[in-house]
Amino acid sequence: MPDLQGFGPMLAVGTLMTVQVALLSTLFGILIGIAVAMMKLSSSRTARIAGDVYTTIVRGVPALVLILLIYFGGVRAVNGLARWLGHSEHVDINAFVAGVFALSLAFGAYATEVFRGAFQAIPKGQIEAARALGMGRWLTFRRVSLPQVWRIALPGLGNIFLVILKETALVSVIGLEELMRKTEYAVGFTRQPFTFFLAAAFIYLALTIVSMLAIQVLERRASRGLEPAGAA
Amino acid sequence: MNLQVMIDALPALLGGAGLTLRLVGLALVAGFVMALGVALARLARSPFAWMPAYGFVFFFRGTPLLVQIFLVYYGLSQFAAVRASPFWVVLREPFWCALIAFSLNTAAYTAEIVRGAVQAVPRGQVEAAKAIGMSRLTRMRRIVLPQALRIGLPAYGNEVILLIKASSLASTVTLLDLTGVARTISSVNYMPVELLSMAALIYLTMTFIVTRAFKLAEHLLSGDRRQPPSLAARPGPGSGAVSPGEAK
Repeated sequence: MPDLQGFGPMLAVGTLMTVQVALLSTLFGILIGIAVAMMKLSSSRTARIAGDVYTTIVRGVPALVLILLIYFGGVRAVNGLARWLGHSEHVDINAFVAGVFALSLAFGAYATEVFRGAFQAIPKGQIEAARALGMGRWLTFRRVSLPQVWRIALPGLGNIFLVILKETALVSVIGLEELMRKTEYAVGFTRQPFTFFLAAAFIYLALTIVSMLAIQVLERRASRGLEPAGAA
Repeated sequence: MNLQVMIDALPALLGGAGLTLRLVGLALVAGFVMALGVALARLARSPFAWMPAYGFVFFFRGTPLLVQIFLVYYGLSQFAAVRASPFWVVLREPFWCALIAFSLNTAAYTAEIVRGAVQAVPRGQVEAAKAIGMSRLTRMRRIVLPQALRIGLPAYGNEVILLIKASSLASTVTLLDLTGVARTISSVNYMPVELLSMAALIYLTMTFIVTRAFKLAEHLLSGDRRQPPSLAARPGPGSGAVSPGEAK
């Protein structure tokens, strides 16, 4: 990485934070996505409606609004709780926690649709065969459904990851010291906004390229043992 | 939650929503025109045409919109030449900077949608049109574009919704769009949760209406592929019409 007038290391620290937020949000987002997809596919009406309400709201509201809402809502909830416990001073909540929470919700809402499609793509006969062999519901899920769902869902999840990676920039608005925030500091010192925002843009581009390569590797790994497309 | 605060703020928020819609509408028009050019360049055989188009699309799809807005709004002022140029009247206004960034951004995404839709038109039809003797322009106008429109419509609907949501970033360059109004009022009355919830509700309404509108447009554009509703139910008087098997 070029020196960038001495701000290179600072941007590197910010980049690391950006990557952490993106990866953690992806991890939680995948868990949320699987859970809500199961809700949407369940036989319970209440669960299906709850799942629909969640995805409709989160997918219809800008990520920036979601981040601000969770940050300020979190501050209010924590302070309400603190007052109830007899604590009188103002408590702030961590921008990292609020940011990861908001982006996990966003990732989860998009991932729900991906997982739902993937679960539906698994032939019913396989589930029936597993049950006939005496596997329980959980074992069937873990050994038969999940490995295949992972393979089918990966391209969709990869796309969501690329979107979320860019949306981490919005967490700078609530003060998290990720790449965008660090870049703003550098701009403040040097008065060279174009140079530094362009540098940030290229770092995001580099992250995007690395992510695309990693997703490709994961996809190849997930579909090992399958015949190449078009052979069938 | 203080409902009264939410209701009181509604007129101001709707005013902000007006700016949001204006930004989105203008960016969509400008972006679509640019996208047609970029898509054509992207489909061209000459590397001097497709490589810049590819670079443009890759840059704008691979970087956060926030960076793009800041590059236009803060970045351009770094150059004395820009500040001295006649464009400075436009480039120092946050409205125009946001509009430029949104237009370029949506142009990149839309160009990929247009490219995919044009490529999805069956080759045989283009060949048939050539064989009949249609010129390149007639072919585009009569055969390729009408079908590309239908193929690309669902993806374009998604892009419109993404842009409505992305336009909330206008608030980061001091614009009073829907998010901007919510943030500004809440910095005065310290009721951010109420105001942001109300803003979220308005965004939801907007995205819902746009989703419905595109569903309707899809329905209208696929007229030739639908079978008349009465046909399947009662054969007889309408039997001369297209049967389900023939309708493609």
